[in-house]
Amino acid sequence: MKKIEIEFTINGRKRNLSVKPNDLLINIIRNDLFLTGSKYGCGIGECGACTVLINGEPVLSCLTLAATVDGKEITTIEGLAEGDKLHPIQIAFLKNAAVQCGFCTPSMILTATALLKENPNPTEDEIRDYMRGNICRCTGYIQIVKAIEECASVGKTS
Amino acid sequence: MQTNTKILAQEFEYLAPKSLNEALSLLEKYKDKSARILAGGTDLLVKMKTIDLKTDYLINIKNIPELNFIDTSDGLKIGAAVPLFHIERMGKVKKRYPALCEGIKSIAAIAVRNMGTIAGNICNASPAADTVPSLIAYGAEVKLVSKRGKRTVLVEDFITGVGKTVIKADEIITQVNIPEINKNSGSAFSKKSRVKADIAKINLAVCLEREDNICKDCKIVLGSVFIKAVRAKKAEDLLKGQTVSTSLIDKIAKKASEEIKPIDDIRSSAEYRTDIARVMMEDTVRIAWGRAGGELKK
Repeated sequence: MKKIEIEFTINGRKRNLSVKPNDLLINIIRNDLFLTGSKYGCGIGECGACTVLINGEPVLSCLTLAATVDGKEITTIEGLAEGDKLHPIQIAFLKNAAVQCGFCTPSMILTATALLKENPNPTEDEIRDYMRGNICRCTGYIQIVKAIEECASVGKTS
Repeated sequence: MQTNTKILAQEFEYLAPKSLNEALSLLEKYKDKSARILAGGTDLLVKMKTIDLKTDYLINIKNIPELNFIDTSDGLKIGAAVPLFHIERMGKVKKRYPALCEGIKSIAAIAVRNMGTIAGNICNASPAADTVPSLIAYGAEVKLVSKRGKRTVLVEDFITGVGKTVIKADEIITQVNIPEINKNSGSAFSKKSRVKADIAKINLAVCLEREDNICKDCKIVLGSVFIKAVRAKKAEDLLKGQTVSTSLIDKIAKKASEEIKPIDDIRSSAEYRTDIARVMMEDTVRIAWGRAGGELKK
């Protein structure tokens, strides 16, 4: 298989890589770039654990060929905080105990950032609808929804 | 069957044409080999991982400018590479084509809709495809282009069976055309699935045109009840030219549920599908009629 040269930005940093046509983005991110926040869950687009943002929009990195991200801008959970300063959604997740085993958390937080960017003040139904592709087996979703709701209301008052 | 979905084991050559012409040349060149068009990949890559779909060449069309457009000037023309999520967000789709909007919104999850395309949903030809019932109800067609020329085919005729379409190896869908909708028209979509992000047990779309209290024209389409989405033509005939009333809607819903021949499968049973089709049809016709500005008489 002919290798493909790609150039992309990940968490603000430019990267040049040589990838195989059948390399999946999730494996490049985890195994080559050592950004292990994004998780492999089901591999078929059911669980959402591998969600990353490409050009600001949530996509599934286990169903994305690495070759297709040439020229794109990727954000993973590692790129959300600014130094030691956590992103407001990360703070809200911690405060509301929206993290239990932590496996789904990176994808939950990334999807939530996309939701709040698009709809800064969502209702509970809108949150549940937007987050429906991200599956969590521990927390029962209530704390996750609460964390996002709190983040939305913080944004509204400030 | 490969069970490890962590990797994509099969080997192929990846091609990323920059223009439609380049893509057509590649399709022409590899038409006798196995070449596949990659758009969103949400169906294709899953199949390549799990059900032994083999390909030698994968042609990524996502970056072709000619396929990345939405034209709302006359009806709706949607380029083949436009993500589903962009379509559901458009004002004209929400306002004039609510059944399409509802159909797209019912698909899987946000990340999948950011990746997947409407042309991909059509080409995948799943009987449960959620954009197809409304596209058929609106009388939408696909534009197929190859080095040999171009043609348009109604979505209704394009899909012929489970995973089967009339597309030729050297052809590509460049756009989906949906005709302009009459001001007195109303449409609606509904779907039953186990959880919201799931594949449909049954889905259906209704599009009707109102003249005073009479339904002038209509299309009723059901998905997940046959090898492809089908029109309930006998039910349509019952509705056309009639004064719409609650009792007529009940009759139409019953007729539509008698017309379909669903099967038992992992998602549902034929018995349930038949029964729920009647209930859903009642609601959906009612909503579509209301959206067309019609009032209901007992």
